[in-house]
Amino acid sequence: MHYSLSDMILDLVQNSIEAGSRLIRLDLNRENNFLTVRLTDDGCGMTEGELEKAKDPFYSDGIKHKHRKVGLGIPFLIQTVEQTDGLFDIHSEKNKGTSLNIRFNLGHYDTPPEGDWPGLFMQTLCFEGDYELIINRMITGENGSESAYTLQRTELQDVLGDFNESGAMLLLRDYLRSQEEDLSV
Amino acid sequence: MAKMTLEELRKLRNSQKGEMERRDVEGKETHIIVGMGTCGIAAGAKDALDGFLDAIKANDLNDVVVKQTGCMGLCYSEPTVEVKVPGMPDIIYGNVNAAVAKEIVEKHIMHKQMVQDHIQDKPAGDIIK
Repeated sequence: MHYSLSDMILDLVQNSIEAGSRLIRLDLNRENNFLTVRLTDDGCGMTEGELEKAKDPFYSDGIKHKHRKVGLGIPFLIQTVEQTDGLFDIHSEKNKGTSLNIRFNLGHYDTPPEGDWPGLFMQTLCFEGDYELIINRMITGENGSESAYTLQRTELQDVLGDFNESGAMLLLRDYLRSQEEDLSV
Repeated sequence: MAKMTLEELRKLRNSQKGEMERRDVEGKETHIIVGMGTCGIAAGAKDALDGFLDAIKANDLNDVVVKQTGCMGLCYSEPTVEVKVPGMPDIIYGNVNAAVAKEIVEKHIMHKQMVQDHIQDKPAGDIIK
């Protein structure tokens, strides 16, 4: 099982990419002790039956890993949320896309640490393939003040070119860290 | 670090590119492929990736391609990293932390010497000692 929340989100974004999505949106909003994560994609989606199976840890479609009998991304997430007074909601429509709404209770003793968000963003931006990813990261303060930044994959690719070239990746890392460090409420 | 704007990022990238063209890289690229499946991440693949990037920056290398991939099937020795350097056999290294990443950059990539203690998958014995 993953150590941090950001690593759990990585699996979900990877699911969206592997579902052939052209547009993926990831919104993260931390308000007081709650972190709300919303992920929507326009990938292949799932039927009601497939969606139920996705929640079952002892099910895998066997396409990505031929001999594997388990699929743990979503089941572990549901388990974590249930154990820590969070919320989890998933909707999917075949050939339309999937959306997830998650609320982590950061104040709960058993909620995993948040992890490295700029590191997660770099990983999700650097997968191969031609997909658009828009990330909105926001922190809302107690007095309602908001601090936020937005990342758009195509815009960053336009500036940096191929992210896999080490010079581009170094600048991308600096850029993402500087956005995160600037957040304040 | 102050918040960087997209324009600043573009300027930095352009000056970096200008520098690269002056150095006349022959199109021979080194590839570093970091296994970032669940097993890799749990074992610290992110630290290894950061270690590679830091060492590339510190040594001012500019013809390196860094990629992430899934599990390479060597979960017992994660983080695993495949290194491809022109003129050398492709090597998979295991148990790569940030310090080993630095060593791989400075020995394997810069001086074509393999980091012996971390080789997981190697060519025939007559190629390396």
